[in-house]
Formats: sequence, structure tokens, C-alpha cells
Amino acid sequence: MDDIPPTPHRTPTTITRRNLLGGALALGLLSSGCSIPVGLGSSQTRVKYWHFLGASDGVIMNGMVGAFAKENPALFVEENVLQWGEPFYTKVAMAGAGGRSPDVATFHLARLAGIGPGQILDPINLDLLAENGLRAEDFSPPIWERAHIDGVLYAVPFDAHPMVQYYNTDVCGRAGLLGGDGKLLPTKGTDQLLESLRKAKEALGGKPSLAFDALGLGTVGPWRVWSSLYAQSGGTLLSDDGTQITIDDAKALEVLAFMRTLGEEGLCDPTTDYGASVAAFQNGNAAFLWNGDWETTTFKLAKMPFSMARFPSVFGGASAQADCHVFVVPHQRARDPQVERATYRFIAYLVKNSADWAVAGHVPAYLPALEQPEYLALQPQSEYRSVITEVALDPQVWFAGSASRLWIEFGEAFSPVIGGTRTPEEGLALAKNALRRLMETPNPFPEER
Amino acid sequence: MTTTVAAPATTAPVAKAKAARPWTQHGMLFIAPFLVVYVAFLVWPLLLGLQMSLSSVNIAGSNDGFVGFANYAEAFGDPRMWRSLWNTVLFTVLSTVPLVILGLVFALLVHNLRFMRWLWRLSFFAPFLLPSAVVAVLWRQMIYQPGFGLLNGTLGTDSLWLGDPNMAMWSVVMTTVWWTVGFNFLLYLAALQSIPEQLYEAASIDGASAWDKLRSITLPMLRRTTGLVVVLQLLASLKVFDQIYLMTGGGPEDSTRPIIEYAYDIGFTGYRVGYASAVSYILFILIVAVSLVQLRLLRKREESLR
Repeated sequence: MDDIPPTPHRTPTTITRRNLLGGALALGLLSSGCSIPVGLGSSQTRVKYWHFLGASDGVIMNGMVGAFAKENPALFVEENVLQWGEPFYTKVAMAGAGGRSPDVATFHLARLAGIGPGQILDPINLDLLAENGLRAEDFSPPIWERAHIDGVLYAVPFDAHPMVQYYNTDVCGRAGLLGGDGKLLPTKGTDQLLESLRKAKEALGGKPSLAFDALGLGTVGPWRVWSSLYAQSGGTLLSDDGTQITIDDAKALEVLAFMRTLGEEGLCDPTTDYGASVAAFQNGNAAFLWNGDWETTTFKLAKMPFSMARFPSVFGGASAQADCHVFVVPHQRARDPQVERATYRFIAYLVKNSADWAVAGHVPAYLPALEQPEYLALQPQSEYRSVITEVALDPQVWFAGSASRLWIEFGEAFSPVIGGTRTPEEGLALAKNALRRLMETPNPFPEER
Repeated sequence: MTTTVAAPATTAPVAKAKAARPWTQHGMLFIAPFLVVYVAFLVWPLLLGLQMSLSSVNIAGSNDGFVGFANYAEAFGDPRMWRSLWNTVLFTVLSTVPLVILGLVFALLVHNLRFMRWLWRLSFFAPFLLPSAVVAVLWRQMIYQPGFGLLNGTLGTDSLWLGDPNMAMWSVVMTTVWWTVGFNFLLYLAALQSIPEQLYEAASIDGASAWDKLRSITLPMLRRTTGLVVVLQLLASLKVFDQIYLMTGGGPEDSTRPIIEYAYDIGFTGYRVGYASAVSYILFILIVAVSLVQLRLLRKREESLR
């Protein structure tokens, strides 16, 4: 029975859980009152869409869905915003298992390997993709390739969302860290970075100048920072076939010791959780924020003096930890061809309008969008677009990807290192133990072939 | 109807008499709705879970080959299973003792108060009415919050109440005591109010002090209630999940993860439903064992009282 009340299309305001629930409740009451669901004419084809975009990028997505609805009055996209992370993947898995999934869902590229392609997800219909004007060569090649499992396409790439460096232009200006063009002077190596953090700390009157998600329930911030820096030093986690741990202890420890230095010198506050890190930057209590690019809209709306740059190059390379948003088609027992057609039309619309999506901060995976003047004019979103060739993606194993056990275990192992309650050696030992345990755990979705 | 039953009852064997009774007479009609629900939501899942625990089934219901006792063998050799089982037992011990004792103390206090009784009764019981999510958010975000939380602010400390592996379990227990002590308090209060007044009167005439009355009248009269409170509390504590899941997620470093959360983690976020079922059954066996011991103890006590 299709009695899920449609999420209201509102003018872009912040989607909080409360007004979402309030809206759903109101609609629920409404539809139970008059029993004719509002906005669901029988002539409309309905596409059920699940996503987890609850940060400030959710506002942008909601706007895009609204714009699609305006252009396609015969189609109705029912947008459901679910909680990001583990609960989302549990929900998709269970819905896919029952064959009563949404028609399309957002997904993280690095989670593809772990979710049983062919069981929870259906392959992408290449004909319908082509019919809607999407071609393989339009996508960033490494991302397109990663969207395949054993040569079958299971996802349509949408964006990459790397770790970036947000900086407060006022504070950095006072600390003398900006160049003549008003942009942050890039640093290279540990010393230069520490130096600029110290200067910013001084400009802030001794407050920690760097904020990042370092602590908390299921924190993945320490993993994101470590993974970015460790990839810069050329280190890897696992062999290509995923059977051997290839962590380079010396490199891993060097990075952890550096993260400890940040905490020890008070350059960052080790007791900052995700929300507090965003708040500290937004309130001007920190000069820098290391985070994914998805909070761009938050700071834009706050009308604060900030800009963004690529994640600093500290250990040689310039890579930054990243994952990608993709669209997947969860398994359904029987697919209505009309709905399927509408679904691909919707996916293609979103992908082709990636420049609108880039406003949220994400770097489009659709190459034509990267060339569009609208995108190039976006400030500061186009400042870090060059990172797209140097993103550090997770190893291709079933337990990796956004909010995966891998991230949570590593985050938990490294969080106390920043605070100093564990030594870098202890932190690394914990992480390696966790990794070993994950590798020993049987894959719940073994390949059937 | 009664005559047909009554007539052969004198001569025919009992079994035949029973067979002759229409099923409505057993009250089957009345318990049928319950029975349907009971079978559908308890008996059937219980059997299904047992079957799943003997297979490698995943959350999609596929890969469901029979693996015998492999899941149980894996569980018994899994240090995280033992750790989470230990956490559940530890939580049960740490929470049951204060929950029973404080419940009694608060009930005695309120029972002997003259003024504003309703206010105290409400204060002790009100937290019990809150849903677990509210309790968890309240304590995590406002009271235990590192940096600017109420507790650190008041005590002038800089502790990671939920972030320190040595303190997290104690913090969770503290929250749980605040949250659920009201239920035990209420049971004790009701029991106190049902103790006949004349016992105290007689004791007063005999010159008993307040302490003597407490020791020789109140506590013995509360014995049955204490038995009930302890049983209910043990079973509730063994089933701990929500507040821990919401406050620490089982961390830091597995120091608070109870076995139910471990089963949840394996099954719903790790997708290994077969193994998760085996872990659940290990807890099930533990709970059945505790209940049986409790029943036996209670029965013995009642017999000795007779």
C-alpha cells in the first residue's frame, strides 16, 4: 500500500528533522482526514526517491527536485530524506531484500562493494541511460570505473566530496596568511602548516585555530584526517585484491604523531565533536575547518567571511580523502516500465544539472558540468575542483565506504590519540586489530558467480 | 450441556469426558486473539531465529546455507561477543543494586513525609515517563557534554563522561538510575501503603523505636515486593540496549556495548543475520537461566514462609 505521505515541496528553507516530521505529520493527518492524497493525481507517474542529504546540501537537493517537478508536470518525485550513515544502509538493504525498494536512491560509491550488487541493487539500465543522453565518456574515468562491479554498472556517478579546508578570511587576514589576491597562501609540509596554525591561534587570542570532528558517537573525523594525510605520504591500507594489510607503520605513525601535535599544542580542540566543529568555525572561534565540502551552504547562509581551499599538502602528496555520491536502483521484484523510464529521466536531469548541485559544495562527476561557466563562476566552490584527480578513495572491500565499520573503527582508534589519552602506537595497534578482524569476518554477500 | 458431561463423569475415564467438552468451555474463544498474536510474534520468530542461527543467512535472506553450529562456535571464540556479554552482566550488576536500594530509600522518604508528598512522588517518578531517546539526548548533549556540559560546568572538571572507557559505563548507569528508579520506587511505595497501620501502633505501644519498626515490621513486610522488584530489574537490565545505543553507540573501545547491541550491529549494520541470531540465542539462554534460578529461589522462600 502506498500510504507514505509525500514530503512537501517547500521553498528552500533549512530542513530540520522537526519541520520534516511536522510536515509529514500534518500531511498524514490531512490524508487520513479526506483520504485523497494531495498532489497525487492518477495521471502522474510517481518516482520514489530516497536520500540521506540532510546537511545543508539537502536544501539544494530539495530545490532541484522542485525544479524537476516544474519541468515535468506528468511526473511526481516523492522525496524521502532519511538519516545519513549506517541506518540508511540498513534501510536500503532491508527494502532491497524485500523487493519493495524506492525507485532510486543516493548511495556512496565506496559502499557499492559491500551491499551485494545483484541482490540489494539492480544493474543500471544502460539503454535508458543512453536514451536520456548520458554517456560513459561524460564521467570522471576513475569514478565511472569504480561504479562497476565485475564489469556491470551498478551506479550513476553524481559527485565527489573530498575533504577540504574552509578558512575564515577575516582571521587569516589578521594573521597575515592571505596572499595579495585575498586567497589563502598554500602551505607545504608540516612546519609551514603548523606555523600558519600558530599565527592564526595568536590572531584568535590563543583559541585553537583549527576545528575538525575529533570526538563523539561514531566519529569518523579522525579517520578522514588521517586517511587524507596518510594517502599523501603514499601509504596504503590493503593490497589491491584486499587480502593483505599493507599499512606502512612508520608513515602511519608519523601522521598520528602529527595529529597528536595538533592536540598537544592546542592548535585544535580534541574534545570537538562534529556539530561543535562546524559551530566553532561558523562563530569565528576557529580560523580553519577541515571537513567534507558539504557544509558550504551552511556558511554561505550564515553570511560569514570565509573561503575554501584544497586540503593542505602536508606529507608529500596533495590528496584528500573522499567518497562520491552516486545514484543506484535498489532491487525491486517487478519494475513498472513507465516508472523506470521516469526514474532515468529524473537521474539524468540531476546529473546534467550538476552545476546546480555544485552549489552545495560537491565537485561534479559529470565532466561537462566542470566546464560550464556557471560552475566556474561559483565561489568558493570551484576553488578546490582540481582535487578531483587526487581523491583518496577507500580500498575496494566490502567493509569500506562512508559510515562503514572501517571508518568507525579507525575513527574510534585515532580519536584518543589526538586527545593524548592513547599514544600513536596504541592507536595504530587498535586500528590494525580492527582491520584484521574485519578481514576475518566473512562477507555477508559472497559473490554468487 | 452439563448433563452430558456430568452423566459419564462417574463411570467413563476422565480423558473421554474432556474430549466431549466443546472447546468454548476452555475459554479458548477468549484467548484465541492473544494466542494468534503470541504465536505470530513470539513463538514463530523464536523458532525462525533458531533456524537462522544455524545458517549463514544475510539481511537480504540470501546466502542461507545450513552451517550447523558454526555460528555458535564462532561466537564462543569471539572476544567481542564475550566483551559485550560481560558488559551486559556488568551493567546488570552495577544498575540493579542502586536501582533497588534507591527505590526503597526514596519510597521510605516519601512515605514518611508530611508535606508536599505529591511533589516528591512526582519528582522521583517523572523521569520514568520519558522515552529513552529524550533521556539519552538530554544526558549526552546537555549533562555529559564535554567542554560546556552541566556536569563539567558544575563540578569544574574536564572529564569525558561518555568518552573515557573507564567512565562510560558508570555514566550510563548513572543515567539509567535517574531514569528508571521511579518504577521500583512506585512498587515500594504501594507496598508500604498496604502495610497495616495497627502493626506500627502495636509496636509503638510496646515502645519500639523507629529503627526497630523499620527493621522488624517494614522490611519483612516488603520482602515479597523486593523479590518482585529484583526479578523485574534483573530482566530489564539484562535487556539493556536503547540508552547505551543512543548515548555511546557501544564505545568507547567497546567499553559499553551490550550484547543486544552487538547482535544488532552484526545483523543490521554488518548484514550477518545468521551470526546475529546465534549471539541473540546466547543471551536468550542466559536470561532463561536467570529466570529459572529466580523462580526457584522465590518458590523456596515462599515455602519457608508458610
